[in-house]
Amino acid sequence: MSLRGKAAIVGAALAGCGEAHGRTSMEITIEAVHGALADAGVKLSQVDAIATCQPLDLLSGLTLAQELGINPKFTMNNRMGGSSFLSHTMWAAMLLELGLAETVVICYGSNQRTASGKLMTAIGLPTYEAPYKPMFPLSSYALAADRHMHQFGTTREQLADVAVAARGWAQKNPEAFVRDPLTREDVIASRLISDPLRVRDCCLVTDGGAALVMRRAEVAVDHPQPPVYFLGGGEGTTHRDISEMADLTVTGAAQSGAAAMAMAGVSAADIDVVQLYDAFTINVILFLEDLGFCKKGEGGAFVEGGRIAPGGDLPVNTNGGGLSCVHPGMYGMFTLVEAVRQLRGQTGERQIDGAELALCHGNGGVLSSQVTNILGTAATL
Amino acid sequence: MTTNTFEGPGPDAQFAEILSAGDFRIQRCGDCNAHIFHPRPICPECGSGDLSWVAPSGDGTIYAKTIVHRRAEKGGDYNVVLVDLAEGVRMMSRVEGVEPADITTGMAVQASIGEGMNGEPAVVFTPTEAAK
Repeated sequence: MSLRGKAAIVGAALAGCGEAHGRTSMEITIEAVHGALADAGVKLSQVDAIATCQPLDLLSGLTLAQELGINPKFTMNNRMGGSSFLSHTMWAAMLLELGLAETVVICYGSNQRTASGKLMTAIGLPTYEAPYKPMFPLSSYALAADRHMHQFGTTREQLADVAVAARGWAQKNPEAFVRDPLTREDVIASRLISDPLRVRDCCLVTDGGAALVMRRAEVAVDHPQPPVYFLGGGEGTTHRDISEMADLTVTGAAQSGAAAMAMAGVSAADIDVVQLYDAFTINVILFLEDLGFCKKGEGGAFVEGGRIAPGGDLPVNTNGGGLSCVHPGMYGMFTLVEAVRQLRGQTGERQIDGAELALCHGNGGVLSSQVTNILGTAATL
Repeated sequence: MTTNTFEGPGPDAQFAEILSAGDFRIQRCGDCNAHIFHPRPICPECGSGDLSWVAPSGDGTIYAKTIVHRRAEKGGDYNVVLVDLAEGVRMMSRVEGVEPADITTGMAVQASIGEGMNGEPAVVFTPTEAAK
C-alpha cells in the first residue's frame, strides 16, 4: 500500500512570525491552528487527531489538546527536533488512509525571540561531548562544514552564497523578518562564532507559529482551497550526537529523500520548488547533495552564481528560509507552509510559475534526523 | 521470556571510574572484535553483550575541527575537534599545545588524560610531532 496521493493539506496558516510580544508559545500555536482551520473551512469540533512538538513542553501534545478544548482520538507528540512535523504529515496520511482519523491538525509555535532572544531548548550536551563545551547546536554544524571544506574543497564563499540566496528570496516576501540587502562580502565579514561558521551562516532567532490541516484526498476537494496532496515521505535517523555521525558529509537525507521520491514516483529533476531546513548554510549544501540535486561534494559549486536564488535554475527556500524569513527554534513546519502556498499559487512576487511538485526537507538535532516530504497539486496525481 | 541481567555499574560509570584513575580505555567486542566508543551495553556492530575494556594506542587523526570564538574576558577562544582513533572509533575532544590557527583537519594527534572545560578528567590530544 502506498500513501501516494491518499491525503491532502487543505488548510495552512502562519501566526506571530517575527516578534509576537506578550504571547506564549502555545498561544502562537493556537493562533496558527485557528488560521489554518479558517483557511480549510473546517470547524474545531471536526478535528480528531493532532500533532505537535515543542521545545520546552515535553507533553506539548497534551497541552495542545487542552488549549484547543478537544479530546482527539490520536495525539502525536513524537520528537525528533525540527524535522518532527514532516514525520507528523506521514503519520497523518497513515491515520487518514486507515480511516482512524478524519481531520488532522499539525502545528507548532514558539516565542523564543521575545521570551529569551536565543534558542530555547531542553536539550543538554551529551555525556561524551560536554567536557569540551561545543556550542549547541552550532559547533556540530561547524564541524560538518569544516569536514566538507576539507574533503571536497567547499569554500567560504560558497557557504556565503547560500545565505545571499535566502536573503534574495526574503526581499520578495513581505512576511520575511530580515529583508536588508546581503552580499557575499557581508557574510564573510560577519562575526565568527564557531569557525568556519559566522553569524550570517546561522538561522534567525524569531517567534512564529504554523499549522496545517490534513484530510483524505476524496474529501479534500470539498474545501475552499486547492488541495495540496501528500505524494511521498521518508525518514532517516543516523545519530543523536555529532560525534556519533559516521560521515559528517553524508546525512540521513540520502535515505529519507530516496524513500520519499520512490513513494511519490518522482526524481529530483522533476521538482519545481524546494524547501530545505536551513538552520545553517552548510545544511543546504549537504541536503542538495544527499537529495540528489547534485553529486556528493559538488553542493558548494552548485549554489554558486545564484543558482538557488531568485532567477536561478532551482528555487530553494522561496520564503527566505530560516536564514532570513523565520526560525522560531524549529523550522520544519515552515517548509511545508511555504510549499503549500507555492503549489496554490499564492506567493505573489516570489511565485514560481507552474509550480506543481514541491520537496520539503526537515532536519532535527545536529543533522541527526532527516525527513523528506513530496507534495503536489492535483495535476501530479 | 528472558530477563537480561547485567551485573554492577554500567559502561558509563565504569568508563568514568577508569578515567578518574588516570586511564583511557575503550571497549572491544568479544564476538566481532569491533572497537567501540563511546561506552555502551551492547556492540553497535553485531549486538553482542560480550564487551571488555582495552587500552587504545592513543594514536589519532583530526577528522574535523572548529574554533569556538569567545571574548577574552570569558576565557578566550578554544577548539573542539572530532578525532578518529587508530582503532576505528571517533570521539570529541580538544587539542592542546598548539595555536588554534595551526590545528588542521587530518593532523596526527596523540591522546592523554587532561581536563575538560570544567576541570573534570577528560581525554585530550596533542599533535604527534610535538609529543615526540
